[in-house]
This record gives sequence, C-alpha cells and structure tokens, in this order.
Amino acid sequence: MKIHLKGGRLIDPVSGSDASVDLIIVDGRIVKIGASLSADSSYEVIDLRGKFVVPGLIDIHVHLREPGYEHKETIETGCAAAAAGGYTAVCCMPNTNPPIDDESVARYVHETGKRVCDGIVDVFPIAAATKGRAGVELSPMAELVDAGAVAFSDDGSPVMSAEIMRRALEYSSMFKVPIIQHAEEATMTKGGCVNEGEVATRLGLPGIPPIAEQLMVERDLGLLRYIPSARYHVAHISTKGAIEAVRRARAEGLNATCEITPHHFTLTDDVVASFDTNTKMNPPLRTADDVAAAKEALRDGTIDVIVTDHAPHTIDEKEVEFTVAPFGIVGLETAVGLCITELIEPNVLTLYQLIEKLSTNPRHILSLPPILVKEGEPANLTLIDPSVKWMVDVNAFRSKSRNSPFHGKVLRGRAIGIINNGKIRLML
Amino acid sequence: MKLSSRHLLGLDGMSKQEIQLILDTAVSFKEVLERPIKKVPPLQGKTIANMFFESSTRTRLSFELAERRLSADVVSFTTAGSSVAKGETLKDTARNIEAMKIDMVVIRHSAAGAAHFLSRVVQANVINAGDGSHEHPTQALLDMFTLREKRGSLEGLRVCIVGDIQHSRVARSNIFGLKTMGAEVSVCGPPTLIPRGIASLGVTVYHRLEDVIPQVDVLNVLRIQLERQERGLFPSLREYHRYFGVTKEKMARAQKPATIMHPGPINRDVEISADLADGEHSVILQQVTNGVAIRMAVLYLLGTSQ
Repeated sequence: MKIHLKGGRLIDPVSGSDASVDLIIVDGRIVKIGASLSADSSYEVIDLRGKFVVPGLIDIHVHLREPGYEHKETIETGCAAAAAGGYTAVCCMPNTNPPIDDESVARYVHETGKRVCDGIVDVFPIAAATKGRAGVELSPMAELVDAGAVAFSDDGSPVMSAEIMRRALEYSSMFKVPIIQHAEEATMTKGGCVNEGEVATRLGLPGIPPIAEQLMVERDLGLLRYIPSARYHVAHISTKGAIEAVRRARAEGLNATCEITPHHFTLTDDVVASFDTNTKMNPPLRTADDVAAAKEALRDGTIDVIVTDHAPHTIDEKEVEFTVAPFGIVGLETAVGLCITELIEPNVLTLYQLIEKLSTNPRHILSLPPILVKEGEPANLTLIDPSVKWMVDVNAFRSKSRNSPFHGKVLRGRAIGIINNGKIRLML
Repeated sequence: MKLSSRHLLGLDGMSKQEIQLILDTAVSFKEVLERPIKKVPPLQGKTIANMFFESSTRTRLSFELAERRLSADVVSFTTAGSSVAKGETLKDTARNIEAMKIDMVVIRHSAAGAAHFLSRVVQANVINAGDGSHEHPTQALLDMFTLREKRGSLEGLRVCIVGDIQHSRVARSNIFGLKTMGAEVSVCGPPTLIPRGIASLGVTVYHRLEDVIPQVDVLNVLRIQLERQERGLFPSLREYHRYFGVTKEKMARAQKPATIMHPGPINRDVEISADLADGEHSVILQQVTNGVAIRMAVLYLLGTSQ
C-alpha cells in the first residue's frame, strides 16, 4: 500500500492544521506530510484538490443489530454503511439479542468487526450498564472493559432506578468510561410516539413530553454532582430543557457530555403530519425552538458530539400503523451530508468544530487514543468532498435497511473515502 | 365542483367549499331518506368494504345503510374472527381485500393515521371512519349538518366541546371543520384531558362548565371512558359528573337555551344528565339520522368522481 494524497485540505483540530498539503502513506502509516510532495510512479495518486482530509470519523451511537436481529443489519452491512458514510469507527449499542452484557458477546462483536469489510472500520462495543438492560443489577463492567467495551449504556431503555444509576456511575468511574444514558423518565412516556405538543395534539398521537428527557438528565446530573469522579454522557439529546441542564452542569465543572443526531438538528415534528413511520424515532423529533437551542449548543460546545443513532429496521417492520411502528432511522450514510448542509453551509459551526464533534471529542469522551495526523503515525483518515451536491437514494444504501426520512433530499457534501488499519476504500 | 382528494381522511386542511359541497349534497340525500322508497342507484356495481378494526355499532350501521341506499354491494368485517387476530398486518389485510376488487374502503382503526396509511397502500378510495384519537370526519360533518339545520348557519356560531378532548377524534374533526366554517370553538374539561398546544388550533380553553355555559350556543358533550380514570387522568366518575357533567341545573346559567349534542353512545347521568339528553334542546337523535345522509353524500362524491 503506497498512496499519495495530493492537494487535499487537511483540517485537523488536534494539530491545528488547515492547509492544502500532500500526504504520503505507506503500509497504513503516514510517512510524509508537506506541500507539493513528489512521489514515484509506484504510488497510487489520489487527486484531492478541493477536497478535505480529516481525522477518521467515529460514530459512537449506532445499532448494528448483530447478534439477534440480522434481518435488519449485520456487523458487516453496518460497517459497509459506516465506511460509505466516511466513518473509520463505530460504537455499537448493546440492545442486541443476546444483549452485550457479557464478555463473550462483547468480544464477538469487537472481533467480528476486525473480520468484516477488510477490518477497515473499527467496531467498539458499548456494553449494557445492567444485566439484560433490565435496570436491576450491574453488568460485569470490568470483564466487559477487558473484552473491548468502551462505555456502558442501556440505550433504548433508561436506567430508571436512581439507586442503580448511582451504583453504575460509581462502579464505572474505575475505568474512565462514561455511562451513556438514554434520558427518559419512563413513567411519563408510556405509549408515546411523537413529541408532546401542537403537532401531537393536531394528529391525535400519544405524546412523549419533552420534560421527561429534562427530568431524567437533571436527576442524573444530581447524582453526578454526588459522584464527581464518574463520567456521564447524555445520548441523543433533543430538548432545550435538557440541553440547558447540561450547559449548567458543565459550567459547574461536572464530567457531563452529550451528543445529538443530525435528524434532531435538521427536522422538526412538523414532518410527522404525513404519518410516515420514518419520522418516528425516540427521542422524537422536537420543535423549531428545540432545534434552535440545539444549534446554539453545538456552537457553544455544550453538545460535544454528533452521532447518527443508526437504527435499521426492515421495510415490513416500518410499513405498519404509526403507533405500532418501531422507533428509529438509519443515519450512517447521510450524516456527513446533513452536517455540511445544515451546519457548515449556514455557518452554524466552523469546520474545526464539526470535525471535533465527529472525531476528536467522541474519542476523547470514550478514552480512545487520539488520531494524530503526523509523520510516523498510522493513517486514520476520512476524505470528504464538501461541495458535491447529491440526492439521497435509500436504495443505494450499503445498510441492509432503508428507513430514512431523507430519501429524495438534496444534500451538499459527502465522504469520498476512508483510510484505516492499512486499508483504503474510495467512493469516487 | 368536486372534492380535491380521492379519499376522505380528515377535515384538517379541507376547504370551506368542499365542506359546503358535502353538506349541500347531504341535503338532497336527506330528502331521499324521507321517501317511501329510500334507495337510489348512483353506486350500482361498486363494491365497498367496511373494515372495522375497532368495535362500533352506530358508525358501522350508518355506513352500511348509506352504502346500500346508494345501491353499492357491501362487505363488512370487524376484528372478531378476522385474520388480524392471527397476526396479519394491516397492509396485508388491506391488500388481500383489495385483491377481491374492492372500489372503496371504509376503515375504523384504533391507531391514529391508519386511514392515511391505507390510502398509501391500496388503490381504492379510503374513507376514515375514525382513526385512534385523530379524526372522525363523517361524525364532524354530520354534527355540522345538524347544527346548520338547527341554527341556520355555522358562521359565528359558538360551540363548546365538553369532556375528554385529549382522546377524542370527534373533538379534533369538529374543531377543524367548525373553524373552517367560521364558528367560534371552545373546549371544556379538566386540564388532564385537554391536550397541550390545543390553543394553536384556534380554540379557547375552559376548565369550568359554569364559565362557558353563558358564552355558547351549542354544547357538544363527549363520552367519558372509565379507563381514563384508571390511568390517573381524573379521580372518579362521580367527581367528573359533579364538575363536568352537563345537567339541567348547570344549563340554567345559559342566556338562551343551548343546543345539546353528543356523538354517542351516551353514559346517561355521567357526562350528560338523562333529562337533558332526552330534552327539547337535544339533537342527539337527529345527529344519528343525519349521519346516514352525510355518509351517502361522502360516498357519492368520492365514488362517482373519476
């Protein structure tokens, strides 16, 4: 493997680089970085003029569905979707069957990731915080960390018991990994399927009150204040109230971080009026007010990470009555385009900020080694065409599933390649 | 003039002209229903399936009568004994029924949006006979028809819908339709049964019947269901009746006698006192009569336009 990346704009928040450079990569390692380098004809030359070279993107909230729900997605098809979307790493949630609450399952997921798609996408399991994700007993966290788990979460289900949440935060603080909370005060959300408010009222659909997210975040932040050595990360934050709670906690100096999905900063619950089940996700799409608060929080750094919550479901599972349809949409193959279209073009974020939220910050939060774009370091890079306009076509997805509300939407910008673990994959 | 859609899914977004057209068409059909021979031929050769995934007596009977009086061939099923119990999806059930060459489908379902869903997966005209807490357009149309008959015009008419607004498709369709027709609409009930953001639909919210009764021309009283008590939304039927039950004593505050409506079935002496329900200002049975005429109008307008 001898590659000459020519003329790309290297945007690296870690080194502070933002300049057009050439990179020479040999056997997966960066051997030279500089302006207008020359290399002999044995190198594969990739012309990246007008394109970005950034540290490899990581999505720390995906559902790969294996083991147990391979009809929706497998680790292989999920990794293919990740690669196509420009991700060199994904962290998959434990709501599989069996769940990732045991070292054998964690190891299986981690090792399978090395085997599929040439091992170009790193797969890091997020293990269950409690056995069976039932919220009653702690999972074997030390064993799970040794088997490759990078965080703990009962995602899909909130940890409802304050006592268990306290113990999960305490116990996990030994490993410097966060507890990722699906923040939902579940006694208030039973049966709900869309944001409680004007749209739900108009459509007669059972609501999920925004206060239910805020209440759970506030409870957890109270626990974190009591156990300041723990790390707490809010999954897919969606409400203004919860965002403000995290902002206050950060100002206090607590180890609290949070993430948001592209659909939660792009869409509002108005789109539910079609009763299209691809607009049904949990947390639900919220209001324009929440979207504005999310953009502000992305800008001021309260929201650290952008994740997709990639949640594959088959067409038959989704083509049912709205109230019975499963929650969730796929996102790996539309995220970069949505980020550039919704955050970069309208100047919500700078390019540095965006790359921080897609690569640097999530790795830091999970205590993964930083990606260094330096001579002598392994090449872990994503290549992005920031200006190409393309139309989302769910039928072209590498994911096994097609459940996206963005079918037919024109986006600007997409990933055109990834380099990781000595492998390169180009989507030119 | 024709309706703009091939389906009747709801009154949200329907124009004043379209509602007017349905109401005017129903006038002629009501006249048909007064004749000794109550059958007319416009839907001869058309087949209509009534798919009731939720129990209903009056709405189903009303639709079936309307269909037969328009000379359509009618097949009906309810969930009991159907394939739904065997775990078949709504999509498959609908497609199977359609494979039997059905022209129109009337659907009642417990899920909001079920009629919208159906209209996307079958070719037939779809008529919503009630989808969850979303809409029940023919009920609101027959309510408006009855009010127009009784009060002359809907413009400026002051209508209060009383009770469980949160879970009521009748309330939603009435709000959409009445607002479009220029009526002033209010709702009254305990805050636990009034959905958040209802004011955005252009209605005024009251929590005391005593406050709203002097302000309105019409009270449309909704059925209260015991299961809402079990979910903690109100403490007891006794308390509900005492504070939100519409009674003769409370109606004494009205400046002029208000018209009393109820979509049925009535819980006598719970949400409405028996004497009022059977009293001179009640139009509850006219609503039922008019239901057939309205459904004939809707079926006719959808079934004869190409």
